[in-house]
Amino acid sequence: MLRDQDRVFTNLYGLHDWRLKGAKARGDWDNTKAILDKGRDAIVEEVKNSGLRGRGGAGFSTGMKWSFMPKQPGVRPHYLVINADEGEPGTCKDREIMRFDPHKLVEGALIAGFAIGANTGYIYIRGEFVREAETLQAAIDEANDAGLLGKNACGSGFEFNLYVHRGMGAYICGEESALIESLEGKKGQPRLKPPFPAGVGLYGCPTTVNNVESIAVVPAILRRGAAWFTGLGRPKNSGTKLFCISGHVNKPCTVEEEMGIPFRELIDKHCGGIRGGWDNLLGVIPGGCSTPVLPKSACETALMDFDGLREAGSSLGTAAVIVMDTSTDIVRAIARLSRFYKHDSCGQCTPCREGTGWMWRLMERMVTGDAAIEEIDLLLTVTKQVEGHTICALGDAAAWPIQGLIRHFRPEIERRIKARGKSAA
Amino acid sequence: MPKLTIDGTEIEVEAGTTILQAAEQLGIEIPRFCYHERLAIAGNCRMCLVEVEKMPKPVASCAQPVGEGMVVHTNNAAVRKARQGVMEFLLINHPLDCPICDQGGECDLQDQAMAYGGDRGRYREDKRAVEDKDYGPLVQTWMTRCIQCTRCIRFITEIAGTPVLGGLYRSDHLEVSKYVNSALSSELSGNLIDLCPVGALTNKPAAYTYRAWELNKTESVDAMDGLGAAIRIDARGNEVVRVLPRINDDINEEWLGDRSRFACDGLKRQRLDRPYVRRDGGLKPASWNEAFAAIAAVLKGIPGAKIAAIAGDQTDCETLVAAKDLLVSLGSAHIDCRQDGAALDAAVRASYLFNSTIAGIEEADAVLVIGANPRKEAPVLNARLRKRWLKGGFKAAVVGPKADLTFGHDWLGDQASVLADLAAGKHPFMDVLKAARKPALILGQGALARADGAAILGLARKIADAAGMVTDGWNGFNVLHTAAARVGGLDLGFVPGAGGRNAAAIVDGAAKGDIAAVFLLGADEVDMKGFGNAFVVYLGSHGDAGAHRADVVLPGSAYTEKNATYVNTEGRVQRTRLAVFPPGEAREDWKVIRALSDVLGKPLGYDTPKQVRERLAAVNPLFATLDTVTPAAWGAFGTAGTVGDTPLASAIDNFYQTDPISRASKVMAECTAAFGCGCNHSKKTGTHG
Repeated sequence: MLRDQDRVFTNLYGLHDWRLKGAKARGDWDNTKAILDKGRDAIVEEVKNSGLRGRGGAGFSTGMKWSFMPKQPGVRPHYLVINADEGEPGTCKDREIMRFDPHKLVEGALIAGFAIGANTGYIYIRGEFVREAETLQAAIDEANDAGLLGKNACGSGFEFNLYVHRGMGAYICGEESALIESLEGKKGQPRLKPPFPAGVGLYGCPTTVNNVESIAVVPAILRRGAAWFTGLGRPKNSGTKLFCISGHVNKPCTVEEEMGIPFRELIDKHCGGIRGGWDNLLGVIPGGCSTPVLPKSACETALMDFDGLREAGSSLGTAAVIVMDTSTDIVRAIARLSRFYKHDSCGQCTPCREGTGWMWRLMERMVTGDAAIEEIDLLLTVTKQVEGHTICALGDAAAWPIQGLIRHFRPEIERRIKARGKSAA
Repeated sequence: MPKLTIDGTEIEVEAGTTILQAAEQLGIEIPRFCYHERLAIAGNCRMCLVEVEKMPKPVASCAQPVGEGMVVHTNNAAVRKARQGVMEFLLINHPLDCPICDQGGECDLQDQAMAYGGDRGRYREDKRAVEDKDYGPLVQTWMTRCIQCTRCIRFITEIAGTPVLGGLYRSDHLEVSKYVNSALSSELSGNLIDLCPVGALTNKPAAYTYRAWELNKTESVDAMDGLGAAIRIDARGNEVVRVLPRINDDINEEWLGDRSRFACDGLKRQRLDRPYVRRDGGLKPASWNEAFAAIAAVLKGIPGAKIAAIAGDQTDCETLVAAKDLLVSLGSAHIDCRQDGAALDAAVRASYLFNSTIAGIEEADAVLVIGANPRKEAPVLNARLRKRWLKGGFKAAVVGPKADLTFGHDWLGDQASVLADLAAGKHPFMDVLKAARKPALILGQGALARADGAAILGLARKIADAAGMVTDGWNGFNVLHTAAARVGGLDLGFVPGAGGRNAAAIVDGAAKGDIAAVFLLGADEVDMKGFGNAFVVYLGSHGDAGAHRADVVLPGSAYTEKNATYVNTEGRVQRTRLAVFPPGEAREDWKVIRALSDVLGKPLGYDTPKQVRERLAAVNPLFATLDTVTPAAWGAFGTAGTVGDTPLASAIDNFYQTDPISRASKVMAECTAAFGCGCNHSKKTGTHG
């Protein structure tokens, strides 16, 4: 279990003052100039060494991402874009950071901006986060007034300006290139890659897009050192992580824990266990609704980090753990997710546009059993036809939950089809 | 240059080439819907997925640049499966209405479904229906058929520069639509029909009238404006059903203006299909012999110096040379091909050509447009200018009508006096032109067809010289013609000979009785009321203004009905092909003149098309060079003079109706009603001019 002194987010529950004074008391903005004085390369190197993997879901090395930016800004300026569009159902971690610990994010933004040579940063915040946007803006204003941002940020001689941009609530705008499009004022549709944002991003300029949590832990890493961070968690899955546990647990919560914590320990220690006891567990969606569901058997041993969950047949995603006990209609639950993806597909590319609708319609029939047994296989082939064939990962995200369902709960679907067949006959 | 392997064949291509293009170089076809050579890459249809070794997922070959050592498979089991999957997705919501779809037979979706699709449908859910849109009188929409490839959106945004289309809504509700429900006001809107890979956007005027496989396809050249775009005339029986662009990178790339495309229904209306002779105040049907006899009877009593000829905007070169030879043999010097009175100087070829060439304008880095609205006068050229502007490093300015040209420009006013300032170096834009590496100007007919036209031509020449527009290998002095016949006429010297009268003087002479007989060769834009008591012979295809005034009407043929020579605004000699026969007793125009010359006792020395073309080449050797541009030598032209204060205007008032064919067209009349006068400048007010 994570020791208190290793916690990064010390005001996760809003028990203390989020303003600059309170943040400083918790150690934020403590001689940030000294960090910047280490220089760009040293900062990028340190973050690389820390093994920090992007907290937005894909788990790509943050330091590595930064190192893809051109070494020196040319005629085109560099941009830092922070993805605060937290839209993955089940996820509520960035929101806690922004409303209770915004200065961690603001300070992290300065350091990240410095590390990639960007004088401008944009925080693209989900439109529904009205109060969070206000808090964040207030924190930025405070930092500006205190000289922590602006022309001479923290007295380092580096100019950094940070802006909050509110989204309009489209799930797809959480995809980095769609987010950039949206930030440019266009319809949020993912771009083709290559070119990647580090080459051609916002307004065609080199851009790095990072998740809120990734940015917010950076100051702590640089203060305490990469070794501290790698000392937590498991190799290649280092550090701490915010887990958002929702669903059928006794005490749903967002909690900071070490990476690689066993699932069962996470639930028992922080959430008061599964509702009705461990044996009442049906399955878990471990990383936000786009990750495949895990049955109880897999949950027994699952380790909550990128590699641990991959081995278990799912993915860490945003670490939004959705727990379902045996009272859950699992087919209906996944059908609801299919409806979500059908609704939020941007409609740009064929497999996702047409496939999400087809999958949802099939799923709806699976819920009532109004289908043929062969149609389960059809559904599976449709998910395979979508998976890996789309411009962005939304197609995959729509396919995986259904694949997880069929992999682990096929007997339940068949039972319904047969039951309906009997009642009809 | 990266080397890669595609389906086992190694190829070296330029860096930045996409896999799809590299495969094309090897002759390997990769199916696609959204990809189009001349549009930005969208990569959204996913039909062109290929497998690249060491890449985790199949990649869209249209968007993936090649890399050193790539090993690509375009036709293995995984790729075929991916394609079949995409094909199935495209078809699940596509209606099965091919039997009633106008695209049937030339539909990419149909063809590719045959080649790459599965053999049965597995979709049992409800299909999507999408409300149709109103895109105006030219483009029919069937939006349920749309596969959201966004080609139309990209064309209208990038090429046409009128960004009115976009994708609305999300997921399978995504539909292509106008943002605001107004007509599709682009002069290039017909190209959307060609670009649409399915039957979502089809040809409205020709809806339900043909099946693609019934049509006879004739490759020809457009004569509806001065560009001479490459076209294909599709006819069923003896009826032109539609006109499509052909690829010609020197002129129209693969686009075509709406008038050139849709005015073809005018070829069936108001046609002169037999000769007429005026008797008792009215035009009465007559035989050819009677018509010729009526002409001969009048001309016998008239000296050659009282006979004149004016050529129109679509008169082909064969007719021009025959008419000129006949008039000269009759002893007349009163011939003119400039019915609008433009101050064009036939003596120096460079003074009336689009010297930079149409493709060459893409090299220009500064352009001054004088008295023209290229968007209306030559929409395809305008698309080139926009393309050049989008590349960056391009400055443009307009002295003339204020208009939305779809490319960035400074409007310097519509007074000709601005040209004097420019020529004198007193205008800041002159510095831009001087600083440019390849400066150019585009001189419209609106600036030349006015009383001070000669002075404006002189000023333009001065500006060209002062800005260094004419150097070794570059001539930026460009005259933009709106008539297909004009350059040919000037090249053949169809201008007043020694002591001859020009068009205005011929009309004037006729009114005063100095001219007793006038031949109008498809000339309908002269003032018909001014001919007084003169005997007027009209030779042309349509019953327009000229035929109404005429005393004898001789039915000729339109540009789709003859193998005729035209010279475009660049000076490119091109030949149309006969796609259908002239209606009724109508004949090819030059043959009519040849026959008439016998009746008049002055037989012309050529009887076959080959002999006429030899005669053309004898008059001007350029006519032996087909489809090429011969650079014209820069010479002395232009006269000094004062310019008036009438605002410079475009030669075209209504884009949709400029000539007898488009005036006879019902479709063009509908367009005129839908889009107003077709010009951008708003309606004239009581205080205007």
